[in-house]
Amino acid sequence: MVSFGSQIDFSVPHIQIRHLNKFYDVQGKQVHALKNINLDIPQGKILGIIGKSGAGKSSLLRTLNGLEQANEGSIHIHQQEIATLNHQDLIQLRQKIGMIFQHFNLMSAKTVWENVALPLKISNFNKADIEQRVNEVLELVGLSDKAQHYPSQLSGGQKQRVGIARALVSHPEILLCDEATSALDPESTSVVLSLLKEINQKLGITIVLITHEMQVIREICDQVVVIEKGEIVESGQVWSVFSNPEQPITQELLNLEQLDLPFALYPEKDNTVSHTILKLKYASEAKHSPDLAQILNRFGHSVHLYQSHIDTIQNHLVGTLIVGVADLDIDLQQLQQQLKNQIAHLEVLGYARPTH
Amino acid sequence: MHDQLIDLLITGTIDTLLMVGVSAFFALLIGLPMAVILVNTSEHGIYPSKSINQSLGWIVNITRSIPFLILMVALIPLTRLIVGTSYGVWAAVVPLTLAATPFFARIAEVSLREVDQGLIEAAQAMGCNRKQIVWHVLLPEALPGIVAGFTVTLVTMINSSAIAGAIGAGGLGDIAYRYGYQRFDMQIMLAVIVVLIVLVMLIQATGDTLANQLDKRKI
Repeated sequence: MVSFGSQIDFSVPHIQIRHLNKFYDVQGKQVHALKNINLDIPQGKILGIIGKSGAGKSSLLRTLNGLEQANEGSIHIHQQEIATLNHQDLIQLRQKIGMIFQHFNLMSAKTVWENVALPLKISNFNKADIEQRVNEVLELVGLSDKAQHYPSQLSGGQKQRVGIARALVSHPEILLCDEATSALDPESTSVVLSLLKEINQKLGITIVLITHEMQVIREICDQVVVIEKGEIVESGQVWSVFSNPEQPITQELLNLEQLDLPFALYPEKDNTVSHTILKLKYASEAKHSPDLAQILNRFGHSVHLYQSHIDTIQNHLVGTLIVGVADLDIDLQQLQQQLKNQIAHLEVLGYARPTH
Repeated sequence: MHDQLIDLLITGTIDTLLMVGVSAFFALLIGLPMAVILVNTSEHGIYPSKSINQSLGWIVNITRSIPFLILMVALIPLTRLIVGTSYGVWAAVVPLTLAATPFFARIAEVSLREVDQGLIEAAQAMGCNRKQIVWHVLLPEALPGIVAGFTVTLVTMINSSAIAGAIGAGGLGDIAYRYGYQRFDMQIMLAVIVVLIVLVMLIQATGDTLANQLDKRKI
């Protein structure tokens, strides 16, 4: 028997993944599904794993509760190696890790109450304890009045809240979310996301979620991991990855690729262009919002705004400005030096002849 | 003549219901576990085992490919061994059970296989062992389909029981054969047909109602 979380040492990550590799066969061909994954997931935080479908995020999530097995590497949960657990210990581990799913996966033949009670029933809790705990979590997700309904009588958002109640009922330390909002409409999505945030803050549960929607990461995650073709290509605090995404895949997921300017953009200076088109990215703490007058004055020429965008993420202001400066000989390095307290990243997108 | 006919039909109906009921009970008792084993030992089941799956599949297929009349005659030695006679209602239970069990097992297998894989994954994720997955997820979720499949099995068994009756098992088939066919008594023949139609309709209606009540997927 193993005991999970009896002595929590907060100095080590809650979940520690080292050199994880997974292969599987597709029609006789070997696919390298997870490539040398190294990841520390801190206690009590929300980690988002984002990637396109088929990137391996689902496999990665499922190795955390042993629904899928890795071929190489180790996973420690509270310093307990899980890759070598026998079937019985694995079952015990899973009772301490809740999981919710894209398609909710509620038992259609059971009422909401029976669905939520199932994890306790299989661990042989007595009736009175089950009764008390199920009512408690149904209250938490706000579905006490639906206890005797069947899942088919509920909306998508309500079904996912039942899923969350079921995942929380056995006091898990970790909650795994498999595309938990991908099948929901925007309104239900934000209800479910704020519920997850609330659970994380109230109960201190570590949440690992996978998604292909940046909005989910932006709204509730503390840290983000970008995964592409089975590899972690970028990771860090959400605001810092969002303010300066380095990998093309991250930019694509952030939907920053689309540049919709009202004129043609040329890569080279020639005598037909008049303006340098610059992209300024800033990321600062919310109380130190960048001083625009100061920034624009540095250019010494007229500055036209073509695109701007700002977001508040984890108490940070994250945004971009796309401007045209009536100056073809900008010293980028010098400007970067002058603006380093205000602007995180500066780049020349190209040259143009805007007609104003 | 009229009272005699009614007596005859009542006895025949009771005999038919008795042999179908007892055999159906055994078919359920043996067929359902067979279906559970077939589903769980298949490639993507929760207890994959090619050898168990294939050997059980073979047994089911072989039994199902033998026409009932031939199966019944071929089983006479076994029936004598178990029941002590190859004649009468109880003797018909052996071949009826043997024919209905693999039939029902296949139908129940389909219902069990249709249970959403996601539900099994959810059960595994909450720490269910295999026995609990079968008991708390597979069987309750497949129940409406299993009930519908058992209804089909019952109707097929009424059919087979009439064939069994024709070679000495008693019941409605026996009456239809002796009076209707051998003596060419059209009245009795028609009466038997009416009783059979009513029986089948009652079974089907009960099965449908029950299956619908158990199905909570569309309320």
